[in-house]
Amino acid sequence: MKYLTEYRDPALARSLVERILRVATHRWTLMEVCGGQTHTIVKQGIDEVLADAVEMIHGPGCPVCVTPLEQIDRALHLAARPDVIFTSFGDMLRVPGSRCDLFQIKARGGNVRVVYSPLDALELARGNPDKEVVFFAVGFETTAPANAMAVWRAKQEGVSNFSVLVSHVTVPPAMVAILESPDTRVQGFLAAGHVCTVMGWEEYEPLAGRYQVPIVVTGFEPLDILEGIWMAVRQLEEGRHEVENQYVRSVRREGNRPAQELVSRVFQVVDRGWRGIGVIPASGLGLRPELAAFDAERKFALQSIRAEEPAACRAGDVLRGRMKPFECPAFGTECTPAYPLGAPMVSSEGACAAYYNFGRFRRSAAGD
Amino acid sequence: MASLASGPVCPLPRGEHDRVQLGHGSGGKMSAQLLREHFLPRFGNAHLDRLGDGAVVPVEGGEIVLSTDTFVVSPLEFPGGNIGHLAVHGTVNDLAMMGATPRYLSAGFVLEEGLPFDVMDRILDAMAAAATAAGVVVVTGDTKVVDRGKADGMFVNTTGVGILHGGFRPGPTGARPGDAVLVSGPLGRHGMAVMAVREGFSFESEILSDTANLAPLVDGLRTRVGAAVHVLRDATRGGLASALNEIAGAGGVGVELDDGVVPVPGPVQAACEMLGLDPLYVANEGVLVAFVEAGAAPRALEVLRGFPEGAGAAVVGRVVAEHEGMVVLRTGLGGTRVVDMLPGDQLPRIC
Repeated sequence: MKYLTEYRDPALARSLVERILRVATHRWTLMEVCGGQTHTIVKQGIDEVLADAVEMIHGPGCPVCVTPLEQIDRALHLAARPDVIFTSFGDMLRVPGSRCDLFQIKARGGNVRVVYSPLDALELARGNPDKEVVFFAVGFETTAPANAMAVWRAKQEGVSNFSVLVSHVTVPPAMVAILESPDTRVQGFLAAGHVCTVMGWEEYEPLAGRYQVPIVVTGFEPLDILEGIWMAVRQLEEGRHEVENQYVRSVRREGNRPAQELVSRVFQVVDRGWRGIGVIPASGLGLRPELAAFDAERKFALQSIRAEEPAACRAGDVLRGRMKPFECPAFGTECTPAYPLGAPMVSSEGACAAYYNFGRFRRSAAGD
Repeated sequence: MASLASGPVCPLPRGEHDRVQLGHGSGGKMSAQLLREHFLPRFGNAHLDRLGDGAVVPVEGGEIVLSTDTFVVSPLEFPGGNIGHLAVHGTVNDLAMMGATPRYLSAGFVLEEGLPFDVMDRILDAMAAAATAAGVVVVTGDTKVVDRGKADGMFVNTTGVGILHGGFRPGPTGARPGDAVLVSGPLGRHGMAVMAVREGFSFESEILSDTANLAPLVDGLRTRVGAAVHVLRDATRGGLASALNEIAGAGGVGVELDDGVVPVPGPVQAACEMLGLDPLYVANEGVLVAFVEAGAAPRALEVLRGFPEGAGAAVVGRVVAEHEGMVVLRTGLGGTRVVDMLPGDQLPRIC
């Protein structure tokens, strides 16, 4: 398949693996920020074949995983209302709230629909004027432009029965939180290629300098990731700490300006809670006050719904790279993809699910 | 347990299910749980507990194979076929996977008020033609009509009877270490054809459902490969991954798949990439999985490839004595990953 198979060539991949193994003088610790990258790494066994040269820590870049429990409970509350059509990306449906998930709400009569774009949700609102249509606007900078577009269009067209439950987060503040955590082991980052396609990499340059870490903007295919790792390892070996761009076919330094403008017209920077991590200052996006009519939290007075996260779930430690998923006492016993305790076990991009689905055999083979 | 300051939305303890969810129909772990917890305790017996595609039951003077399947699909008509094709092929294939030659079908219809006759007639025409082509006769049937909104246009149940041929008894528990794992054709076409229509996607080249009668392929395997065929399974709901997990579990063996040799058509791969789905879990309606003694694999492959439905047949892996009940895929990079059964339906990924 054009534009995909050429980034999956096994022979090229193996030669990159050999190059990384050859050049690494000791074992470096890298974090891939994005859940999509985690998925590829574990699916292809990249961490396994590179184990002598790098330890890959899976970062907090899965939007499904970091959406706070409180927002999930608010979503469940909305979805259970008879006057609401609740729309969401597919993998939010199995994320456990305090007591249940959206699938269970659906089985009890809630009108829950999977959409592939927020614009499809807006279309539903146009077609169902007697219902309130709410879209669960989650994700990083990648999904923000399309979500902003849906709100912007709703305002322009006066679609008053459309609103969004916003739980947007941004990458750089999370990287800062990880770097400033006293026990951090991360020596370099693979930054998320799609986030940078929108935002560019200017905002990462001060981070690389201040914390002296290489940051490589990296794509999602096996060869992208191997090349990103290779570039990060080379920097570490040479004592450099710069922002480099592996994902040149998609990312420019300044990013996508029209998308950024649209995002800032609709959203403003807010403090945001991250599941398992807690509130990170200025780490999220919320609707601007002038668009409050499209804010489901205000429209349905959801602020009073509060939730505490279950103590058994160590998602925070996993998302911060302090613990491998299988080191969690609940992993694979109390917590499985069928009965997830925390969100990283739910999404196929979640670090715990990735390990559960793709890694079990390796550990059973290794005897641990 | 967290507390909610306002309106608890779901009065269930975490992980408890007090009613049926769509995931219970996915062919994954939730489906297995549904059977294990609700159906088998009530109906369990030596035939049912084998959980084959059908059951071999004794009748006076011999044995017959019985199988039943219910068909619900939206839309009723999709590129490459309609629910009528599925209703015949599904049951005929289930009989064939037991090693039987399909002979008779019953057909039960739940019709929704308002279903246009022209749609219904096209579906019945397709069923009649598929039955004739498969050499089965619809010998009894039933129709019911329900209020508008109570059925998705039409639901169909078919039950089939087939006859066995001597010692040819591929069964769900027959996998043995060393067996080669074959698939009869490219994966994922039915599931993605239906999804493309349902979600309004269009791709550069249209994906057609693979709905097909697999009985001739099984006939070929029976006459030309015979007892070296240990397991046959059609990789329907839940896809190849779920079928292999069931076979590995039932046989107490491990299965190893090789990445890069599992045949997936370009358009299916592209659609799956776009939606964040894995073709290994996408439904097929005209692909069988065969576990065959390694020495007989080249012959089995040649037999399958001799049929139009088997032209894309391939050896995709092997049975091992290790990692019992587990399906493991070897990646092109030399890594490994477990291809587990999914809990419920595959969920499209967010980005």
